[in-house]
Amino acid sequence: MSRPHPFSIARWWSIVLKEFLQLKRDRVTFGMIVGVPIMQMLLFGFAINTDPHHMPTAVIAQDNSEFTRSFVAALRNSDYFRIVDSLPDEQSGRAALAQGKVLFVLNIPPDFTRKLVRGEKPSLLIEADATDPTAMSAALAAVPQLVQSVADKDLKGALAHFNGSAAPFDVNVHRLYNPEGITQYNVVPGLMGVVLSMTLVMMTGLAMTRERERGTMENLLATPVRPIEVITGKIVPYVVIGLIQATIILLGARLVFHVPMVGSLIAVYCAALLFIAASLMVGITLSSLAQNQLQAMQLTVFYFLPNILLSGFMFPFQGMPLWAQYIGNVLPLTYFNRLIRGILLKGNGWLDLWPSLWPLMIFTTVVMLIAIKFYRNTLD
Amino acid sequence: MTDAPADAGPVIDVHGLNKHFGDKHVVKDLDMQVQRGEIYGFLGPNGSGKTTSIRMMCGLLTPDSGTGTCLGFDIRKQSAEIKRHVGYMTQKFSYWDDLTIRENLDFIARMYEMKDRKQKVDQALESLGLASRAKQLTGSLSGGWKQRLALAACMLHEPRLLLLDEPTAGVDPTARRDFWEELHRLAAQGISVLVSTHYMDEAERCHKLAYIAYGSLLAQGTAQEIIDSQQLTTWSLRGDNLVQLGSDLRQQPGVDQTVAFGNALHISGKDADALERTLKQVAAERHLQLEPAETSLEDVFIYMMKQSTDNFAEAGA
Repeated sequence: MSRPHPFSIARWWSIVLKEFLQLKRDRVTFGMIVGVPIMQMLLFGFAINTDPHHMPTAVIAQDNSEFTRSFVAALRNSDYFRIVDSLPDEQSGRAALAQGKVLFVLNIPPDFTRKLVRGEKPSLLIEADATDPTAMSAALAAVPQLVQSVADKDLKGALAHFNGSAAPFDVNVHRLYNPEGITQYNVVPGLMGVVLSMTLVMMTGLAMTRERERGTMENLLATPVRPIEVITGKIVPYVVIGLIQATIILLGARLVFHVPMVGSLIAVYCAALLFIAASLMVGITLSSLAQNQLQAMQLTVFYFLPNILLSGFMFPFQGMPLWAQYIGNVLPLTYFNRLIRGILLKGNGWLDLWPSLWPLMIFTTVVMLIAIKFYRNTLD
Repeated sequence: MTDAPADAGPVIDVHGLNKHFGDKHVVKDLDMQVQRGEIYGFLGPNGSGKTTSIRMMCGLLTPDSGTGTCLGFDIRKQSAEIKRHVGYMTQKFSYWDDLTIRENLDFIARMYEMKDRKQKVDQALESLGLASRAKQLTGSLSGGWKQRLALAACMLHEPRLLLLDEPTAGVDPTARRDFWEELHRLAAQGISVLVSTHYMDEAERCHKLAYIAYGSLLAQGTAQEIIDSQQLTTWSLRGDNLVQLGSDLRQQPGVDQTVAFGNALHISGKDADALERTLKQVAAERHLQLEPAETSLEDVFIYMMKQSTDNFAEAGA
């Protein structure tokens, strides 16, 4: 009798073929194999920019002269700043910064030109939203050069004597919210949204597909239970889990990283709760779409990637091209990052939070409607 | 349990039900009536549409066309009411493996908003004989116990109609016998049962039967009515080498079907005279023992399935 083959090529090959056949029939997996690298390549390749340009800037022009216009033009020409608004006073400037509408406010004091002509070396003020220190550094580093170029261009003739070795005017930069430029202050609060969306979307995504995969869904459907009862009932435990996670991150942020907490804790938890609801609804919707637990996992990854990359968590939101910002603007994590950083670092109140709150509410409602629509009350 | 509609007329009354999955026509023009207190057997080969039909009757699937009532409730519009009064036992065990026996029963009791929940669950555990193992995880139960638990769970809310989808598949004979005795006890109390099965002995224990193949209902009535409806004559031949004998006989006039039962061969045919002539001749030639036999339910089912296979093949070609 011959001994059996220690390694049979034919047997091995049939395993290979079987794996290919099964892979071919799992459409979602196949889609992911193609989709994920394309998405990653597009996002990393085109959307992400660690040296952001065209950052929204507002001007408070209390003095309007050739020099100030020239300086504003220089800002614009530098490509770092995009003048989006002209504001009447300092207060509205602060509000625009708090709400994240602009990252810089250029404040030109009333008697700037007069002082300049008198050679008193006046100052311009740039207030910067420094929550994300990496986003601003390059732009702010460019400012002294701009001053020099304006001086070279405009201070000629009778005024040429001001254009000596020292700059004729100063630009004072106020780094608001995170004056020391500590990266952790920006990253650690942002982590809360990342952790919440990853765990919650995945866990609820699996919750429904698990019932379907094990056949218990049919049993559940045969009882008088209503879709809204199943969906809301299934998410409650995860709401608790989400709040525990939020608390852990808050404690870590405070105790380990000494992240300032300027705003109210109540606002933090309200924002977290809203974001938890949004994430859970996404999870439930994904699990209605997925056929099995593996697909639910893959869809979670597919949802998670743009959220991480385009929400301003990892890379400056304002540095992304417009199309990427549009995508970012429909992602819940974008708004939650603004909310949580706004509350913790800027001390934003409800009024400043509102511009980020309502999109999150709409997102949650829309996704919930989709979830209920896709939840099949029958086995059809 | 005072709702009027259920007590008058049949508990299941459906007409012209159709269901497609993609381009597959799974159930074709199904008409079915089940009377109160009846055990109604639902038979047919795998994939013939039994499960789909049952699911349509309890509102888990929406029929593409057709109308019907279940316990007097419209199967299209009142599935919520139907679910409340029907006990449905799925083909595959569908309780939660990672809950204990008590937790599963308790969960189901809560789903039906039962008021005396604890008492009912205790009672169910007691009569199941599982009271001492109530805290055991359901996943660790054997097949027979799972089946008993599933029946107890779907009986918990005291349904008036049980829809059982192959409840005894993979269950040992003793457990099956106990199970059927329980069904007859329930039927005696006025609970109606629609049960699908592959077992002939179970079919014979039903009050009425329906036979479905390739989505079409082929026969319906008592076992005797179904046997009579096909007008088959059956003989039994005893001898050796029945396989060869069977294939030889199938070519002969009057022989429609041969089925081996142990060391006897059942030969059936529609044309009684031709069959008798053929068999007497063969028996004489080969010195075999020939005697008339009762046409059994199984003979009839095999015959009907063969007929419908032929029809199906023709329709497909």
